[in-house]
Amino acid sequence: MKSLAELQAIREKMKNTMSMRDEDASGIRVVVGMATCGIAAGARPVLNEFAKLVQEKGLSDRVKVSQTGCIGLCQYEPIVEVFEPGREKVTYIKMDAQKAAEVVERHLEAGHVVEKYTMAKSGLK
Amino acid sequence: MYRSHVLICGGTGCTSSGSQKVRAALIDEIRKQGLEDEVNVVETGCHGLCEQGPVMVVYPDSTFYAQVKPEDVPEIVTEHLLKGRPVTRLVYNEAVTDEGKVLSLNDTDFYKKQVRVALRNCGVIDPENIEEYIGTGGYQALGKVLTEMTPDQVIQEVLDSGLRGRGGGGFPTGLKWKLCAPNKADQKFVCCNADEGDPGAFMDRSVLEGDPHSVLEAMAIAGYAIGANQGYIYVRAEYPIAVKRLEIAIKQAHEYGLLGEDIFGTGFNFDIGLRLGAGAFVCGEETALMRSIEGKRGEPRPRPPFPAVKGLFDKPTILNNVETYANIPEIINRGAAWFASMGVGKSKGTKVFALGGTITNTGLVEIPMGTPLRTIIEDIGGGCPNGKKFKAVQTGGPSGGCIPASYIDIPVDYDHLAEIGCIIGSGGMIVMDEDNCMVDIAKFFLEFTVDESCGKCTACRIGTRRMLEILEKITSGNGTMEDLDKLEQLAYYVKNNSLCGLGQTAPNPVISTLKFFRDEYIAHIVDKKCPAHVCKSLLQYTIDPAKCKGCTACARQCPASAISGKVKEPHVIDQSKCIKCGACMATCKFGAISRQ
Repeated sequence: MKSLAELQAIREKMKNTMSMRDEDASGIRVVVGMATCGIAAGARPVLNEFAKLVQEKGLSDRVKVSQTGCIGLCQYEPIVEVFEPGREKVTYIKMDAQKAAEVVERHLEAGHVVEKYTMAKSGLK
Repeated sequence: MYRSHVLICGGTGCTSSGSQKVRAALIDEIRKQGLEDEVNVVETGCHGLCEQGPVMVVYPDSTFYAQVKPEDVPEIVTEHLLKGRPVTRLVYNEAVTDEGKVLSLNDTDFYKKQVRVALRNCGVIDPENIEEYIGTGGYQALGKVLTEMTPDQVIQEVLDSGLRGRGGGGFPTGLKWKLCAPNKADQKFVCCNADEGDPGAFMDRSVLEGDPHSVLEAMAIAGYAIGANQGYIYVRAEYPIAVKRLEIAIKQAHEYGLLGEDIFGTGFNFDIGLRLGAGAFVCGEETALMRSIEGKRGEPRPRPPFPAVKGLFDKPTILNNVETYANIPEIINRGAAWFASMGVGKSKGTKVFALGGTITNTGLVEIPMGTPLRTIIEDIGGGCPNGKKFKAVQTGGPSGGCIPASYIDIPVDYDHLAEIGCIIGSGGMIVMDEDNCMVDIAKFFLEFTVDESCGKCTACRIGTRRMLEILEKITSGNGTMEDLDKLEQLAYYVKNNSLCGLGQTAPNPVISTLKFFRDEYIAHIVDKKCPAHVCKSLLQYTIDPAKCKGCTACARQCPASAISGKVKEPHVIDQSKCIKCGACMATCKFGAISRQ
């Protein structure tokens, strides 16, 4: 270790790993339905895409990605819910990895809900 | 890139309750279910709740599993790691609400009131991976000190923080460094006292096992502050996991250039060596410890000269305890004012206590100095199990005293405890309920110090032995009131005339139990009774003939054949044969046997 910059680089690299173990629950929570129906409909690649992109883009200090059980609307799986403090819950339906990438970019990063994939858009409430 | 981390405790407590088997099963099952690219299994240090081991935390949702067995693992992997449904029956029961909702760890009674500074990384990082330590801000403090601060500024910062020695002495750490810094010598040393020997204290072990780099970083900072480039950690050989993790940590720190030559390109060199102690309690005393590092017999010597002037190999030396060091990087990173904002009076910051004895939540707790004893015992510790009445808490191990239940609202800090003749010591806290005999407790600790006295000075070698003999006489029912006076006199004599801390503090358990529980001593001597029914010689088991059905169960159970009687007729216990094991009482279905 010859400089502080080197230390900083390692810290930066480890940031995502360490912030996952943060107990702070004040940020955005992305929850992917991973019950049997969700998995059958392809929820696992969606979950992994979210987890990967959130870390790659350095969002993990304010976005937590986790799974949940059956949300109860099996025909719309894979379902992803986004909980944000002070805002209404957003439910995305029939997700895939590509759509997940779009949600990460436009919703989680830029703050705009991707209306076309939401449950509200498809006429359900 | 992992979406989930499973942290499994690899501390000594959880290792002994089988965490390694659980870990192996977990890795196996994750592979079997094809999740190895998604879930990362990390072995960490102690989470503090040793009572509930093996413990395991799943992130990002921070679900705390307790008492996990290898056969539970497939369910956790399928249900939680794959499908995202926590297995509530295995979640630590305090972390599940009545409605079945799983709470975060920080919302449970055990953790809610804790402030983790020295234990900040224990149970959070993989202690065998230096990058995880760096990821939580590790070695930033060393970088800051070497590039931005002068040695005097470092010492001033530690002084301003109000940090005092956490090993028991309570001497201001900054002052210790300040006294050593100006001493000129061709070589100086920074030592770490990891010879944690008080029965029941295990915070130093947990820091070394869970966060070894914090100690290495702090020692390098201390080296810079006093002008030393060599450090030694004196650690008990009985701590194999701690030793192994320290070896790995030192090796990794070398590989990353955080120990060795020209650290951060500043020209500062620092290296650390490990020395293993062979298990003598007296080697936790600073002068004895240094002699032991030198390869000589571990015996204390008179001070002055103090180690700051003439220590290891007769060179200026500072010696601090593991927990003290663990606080240093945080003080540098967050500032002296932050540290000093916690605590009360002259006791700043937080202190780790090892809760043990008759308490529901056995384990490690870290709380701000000055927290009332009641908070520790009732809120965090969960009180005495089985509805027993809290009687006293013994602090500071064999060097400390006991705090009776009447002082339960006392703030726990150096000065308040000193006022009632107690010490924080290294932070062992042994809780006792109505079933503990205080005379027996005093005897237990004295047996320990008699064993561990190095024998160099007469007051300690012979004095403690004579005190123990008097206690044995009292607990066997042969004591007199004159013995009690003699015991007290001797206690002060040993305290005032011993060479080192071991002898000077050895009488403390006797002095403080005499102060608060003299009536129990008198009950042993005058009434020949042990009020807590502990001292065997003073017990008597008798059979109530009115209740005895003559079933012969007790007679068959008695290992000494002390019970006789015909079938369906009341039995009797021959007191001369009775060994007071209590087996008969446990066997009797009719409650006919009583103990007095």
